[in-house]
Amino acid sequence: MKSLIEKLARTTLAAAVSVGFAMGAAAADIKVGLSVSLSGPNSSLGVPYAKGMQAALAFRPEVNGRKIQLIVLDDGSDPTTAGRNARKLAEEDKVDVLMGTSGVPAAIAMAQVARDAKLPMIGLTPIVLDAADNAWFVTVAQPTQLMVDAVVERMSKDGVKSVAYIGFSDGWGDLVYNALVKAAAGAGIKVLGNERYARADSSVTGQVLKLLTMKPDAVMTGGAGTPGALPFLALTERGFKGPMYGQHGLINPDFVRVVGTATQGAIMPTGPVIVAEQLPADYPTRKVAMDFRAVFQKVNNAPSSDAFSAYSFDGWMVLTDALARTKGEPGTTEFRTSLRDAIVTTKEVVGTHGVYNFKPGELYGVDKRARVLVKIENGQWKLVP
Amino acid sequence: MTWDVALILSLDGLANGAIYLLAGLGLVLIFSVTRVVFVPFGDIAAFAALTLAAFETNRLPPTIAMVVALAAIALATEVGSLLRRGQAARIPMAVLTWGLLPLVPCLLAWLASRPGVPASLHVAAAVLLVVPIAPLLARVVFQPIADASSLVLLIVSLALHFLLSGLGLLFFGPEGSRTQALVSGSLSLGDGFTVSAQIVLMVASAIVLSGIFFLVFERTVAGKALRATAVNRVGARLVGIRPARTALLAYGISSVLAGLIGVLIAPVTTMYYDSGFIIGLKAFVAAIIGGLVSFPVTAIGALAVGLVESFASFYSGALKDVIVFSLLIPVLMLRSFLSRHVEEEDEEVDQ
Repeated sequence: MKSLIEKLARTTLAAAVSVGFAMGAAAADIKVGLSVSLSGPNSSLGVPYAKGMQAALAFRPEVNGRKIQLIVLDDGSDPTTAGRNARKLAEEDKVDVLMGTSGVPAAIAMAQVARDAKLPMIGLTPIVLDAADNAWFVTVAQPTQLMVDAVVERMSKDGVKSVAYIGFSDGWGDLVYNALVKAAAGAGIKVLGNERYARADSSVTGQVLKLLTMKPDAVMTGGAGTPGALPFLALTERGFKGPMYGQHGLINPDFVRVVGTATQGAIMPTGPVIVAEQLPADYPTRKVAMDFRAVFQKVNNAPSSDAFSAYSFDGWMVLTDALARTKGEPGTTEFRTSLRDAIVTTKEVVGTHGVYNFKPGELYGVDKRARVLVKIENGQWKLVP
Repeated sequence: MTWDVALILSLDGLANGAIYLLAGLGLVLIFSVTRVVFVPFGDIAAFAALTLAAFETNRLPPTIAMVVALAAIALATEVGSLLRRGQAARIPMAVLTWGLLPLVPCLLAWLASRPGVPASLHVAAAVLLVVPIAPLLARVVFQPIADASSLVLLIVSLALHFLLSGLGLLFFGPEGSRTQALVSGSLSLGDGFTVSAQIVLMVASAIVLSGIFFLVFERTVAGKALRATAVNRVGARLVGIRPARTALLAYGISSVLAGLIGVLIAPVTTMYYDSGFIIGLKAFVAAIIGGLVSFPVTAIGALAVGLVESFASFYSGALKDVIVFSLLIPVLMLRSFLSRHVEEEDEEVDQ
């Protein structure tokens, strides 16, 4: 059965088509519904998310003797499809918990479904929602503010006085921009310009030229995945010599491959898992991160080199910890409510990205232990002390 | 805006315009000869780019398998139609043209994928490999419905686009690739202002290819046959031109253009399996400016689209595409004022 699940998962990944595989399993199984972007422009994030979840499933396939069943759907990088997937998982597959997804707008669409269906949801991306209105939602990602604060602290250290911004013309671009403006105001750094481009754009020369006419000390980008490489390439081509900063949405190997050797020394924040082997031995998340790498290698026959698969793993850690404290029969309303209560009272669960403590009324559960700064050097991430 | 910014934007716009120009020529050529708006044009360009990327990473491009499969289907279609018409004697010829001819670029591509092959051969093999795609698709899909209404042809063409872009996802994965620059270095225009050689190459290719286009259309029999078919299919047929054959020629030429676009654009932009569609769409705007018939006006339209896009990205990055596609509205209004509306004529042409 397990090999069948793996085989199906692999086929799904390879073909990247929307295939939900519901297994005709025993009634007492706990059902987890995952919707991620296996195709479309967000798939460079979505595919690792799905692979990380398979690794997590292999790492801890059952809780208190109950098997966990994972149902994976592809949202095609489209928020509308993500919402529809969430509804399908809630109503047809009757899952006990939702997880997802790789895009911020899509995650917001899913969170709304989770709220309406009174279904706990563990998000894997940093999204901004009214916590009071979304009691069924928590996310394992670091809040964008926490990450951008780290970048802005670094800017101050680097002596940057003004920073220009270029990011996606969508929710992610807004999120990073707002966080940057907030953090920069506190640090006395001026934010110049707010240029945007679409994920599918082939050139950002115009936007970059506009930023350079403002003569900023540094540039901060708000992109994600391979499309996020565009501003770095354009800035290098135009001969920009100042420091370039990114954020955690960019941390994946395909970004490095596309950026190539053009961009040296760009600094971005990430969860410590990316540079787990460079961390001090007593770093709280180091051991779990190394365990995760081992199981990921075993399940996917490839090393894990991105931050996204680790979010899935952390989501699974939080989920299984909460499941162990959940009462009732899976599939019932009591079970879902009890699971939600267990999730929002999570204490000191160690994941790969950080140590999680959720409280009712808060979406995020990480602290400063969940961020480090890294630098691209010759196509490798190097820990910036 | 300062002069050097305007200059850089213009150059960037011209480079993009050069790409749209080549794509626009291909679209207009196919449309004028066959009445098909060939939506998969951009996908073929993306295939060329990603095939080149596959060569560079020492992988065997899956495009080879696709061309072989397409050739087999086209051959079966051709043999079937020959048998139905009782022309079994022409089967060996069909095997040669439909079965074996498309395999030549596949063989070359297979040889090029072996280690130690110079980069220039990779580029040539990538272009050649995508050349059979459009003619083979046309034989299988468009030739049997050549006399259907333009709307049917457009819908079939859209369906083909989705098929090809799905195959692209299957073959090359969701991730984008960049290829090595075809030419390195840059030209100095004085005052510390430089133009990258790749942009010069893109613009020069567009100029040279449009020149060749012009010569072929004005000076060769095949070009004249293409023009004749575009002007009037029935008339062309009466003077001994076979529409099916000219259509294949048009598809073949367009496929070459698509291949060249792919290898020209791959070093300067990250190509994804679905990147071709947007290129095709913007070239379509240019083709519409040319009324889907005029090559010179399409060329001017393509350069205009490139420049507008470039300057729009400076003024408002987020609204860039909105501005480019809004170009269509005044153009279409002007066109509908200027031209007499003709009902689509029912041409009575079979193969």
